Amino acid sequence: MCGIIGLLVKRPDLRSQLGDWMVPILIGMTERGPDSAGLAAFTDRAKGENLKYSLYADDPDFDWKRLEASFKKNLGSKVKLAVQDNHALLSTHLEPEEVRAWLHEHFPGVHVLSVGKVMEVYKDIGTPTAIAEKYDFQDLEGSHVVAHTRMATESAVTPDRAHPFTAGRDFCLVHNGTVSNPYSIRRMLEPRGIHFDTDNDTEAVCRFLEWRMREGDSLEKALQHGFAELDGFYTLLMGTKDKLALVRDAFACKPAVVAETDDYVAIASEFHALAHLPNVNKARIFEPQPEQIYVWNA
Amino acid sequence: MERIDLAKTPLRDLNQFLHHEVRKKKIKQVEIINPDGAHSIAVGVDAPVKIDVRGHTGYYCAGMNKQAEITVHGNAGPGVAENMMSGVVHVKGFASVSAGASGHGGTLIIDGDASLRCGISMKGIDIVVGGNVGNFSAFMAQAGTLVVCGDAGDHLGDSLYEAVIYLRGKVKSFGADAREEPMTKADEKKLAELLDRAGLKYKPKEFKRIASAKTLYNWNADADQEY
Repeated sequence: MCGIIGLLVKRPDLRSQLGDWMVPILIGMTERGPDSAGLAAFTDRAKGENLKYSLYADDPDFDWKRLEASFKKNLGSKVKLAVQDNHALLSTHLEPEEVRAWLHEHFPGVHVLSVGKVMEVYKDIGTPTAIAEKYDFQDLEGSHVVAHTRMATESAVTPDRAHPFTAGRDFCLVHNGTVSNPYSIRRMLEPRGIHFDTDNDTEAVCRFLEWRMREGDSLEKALQHGFAELDGFYTLLMGTKDKLALVRDAFACKPAVVAETDDYVAIASEFHALAHLPNVNKARIFEPQPEQIYVWNA
Repeated sequence: MERIDLAKTPLRDLNQFLHHEVRKKKIKQVEIINPDGAHSIAVGVDAPVKIDVRGHTGYYCAGMNKQAEITVHGNAGPGVAENMMSGVVHVKGFASVSAGASGHGGTLIIDGDASLRCGISMKGIDIVVGGNVGNFSAFMAQAGTLVVCGDAGDHLGDSLYEAVIYLRGKVKSFGADAREEPMTKADEKKLAELLDRAGLKYKPKEFKRIASAKTLYNWNADADQEY
């Protein structure tokens, strides 16, 4: 079991509400996922040519200042680092290959959770309430957010196996369910040079869809390929820089409820997590149909 | 009439009240406000009481119901009225998956759509759906009646036993062993009575009868799993 959460605000003046509206939905999904939680928020665009890197340090007392100084010295690049506990958001114009290789060599205990122009990722083990407090989720501002509460079934409870998973740039995915063929997907992708960070089934789904989009598929086309390729149960929620997308497998065993008003689109595994939202009693409420693709533009 | 506010009263207190106080004091009417999608609202009620739930409910609302007349003035989550024995459950909005699953008796009325697996393994319940039903509805349905006023999804009535389906709209596909059969006078009478109970104005002649071809009743080794 797991909980999935999505929220997209439809007007720029509501971007400041994103964290305030999302946190109670996340906490409402605690019973479905008490062991880990995380989110990908689509916030302000990185300046100029910069990219945003969400970093996670294994060591809770990690010295981020040393990383910042070393980055400037070794890579000769301007860098901005915003630290939030054992996460940090790093902004630089350097390309992911260079940044990853450098981190791997000099700071092997620091992991890249995401890369993008607008996306930021925070994920950790613990209750949704504890994680929301630790990373100040209620202060998040942005156009949309994809979040998850985890009750692990397919791989260990560790921060890197918490959701969301990311691949490429500004693409994230959360999953409720179990995929039965992650290793055959992996065996198909690895010879194409696609690297996996964990043994988690959701990571295989995430990397498969991102690979399809890099091969030229639209998100919708990639999901059509996903219906044919993925074996198992899934309700998937995905975020790109300007879209929020939702699908369920053919058997639709894993729940999802959508509440849509003129102000927002809110998604949770169960309605009770949405019941606090403003004007939810006037919202259009529905459950997504199996193998139908729902996409909302940010 | 008793009114219980689920924003203030724990769910367990509500259900214990419905199980004990309602019977002891012979309470005839209960209103539940602020359900806000909570699970297991009014499960296991066994008393001739009218219960109105003002809002949306979560999983298993009105499960195992006996005698009570329970109305959900909103949408119902998965497994509404599962294993109902008798009484009436009326959902004014839509119902999620597995509505009326394994119900033994009573009537389940859903004004809107019902999602996948509506009436799965039903054992005598009558279900009337005003809208559409999702895939695998009436899967392995053993006894009772499923009335669908809208359309049905894929695999309708897969592996049916003695339950009968009346379908007004289109079907995407029949499940194994389900087939359309001619409507009889007895079918029309039963259907008219069910539509009347649900307050729906459709005419029995607008419906098709779907029942088991009974080819799965006996094992056929030659079928080689091709049904």
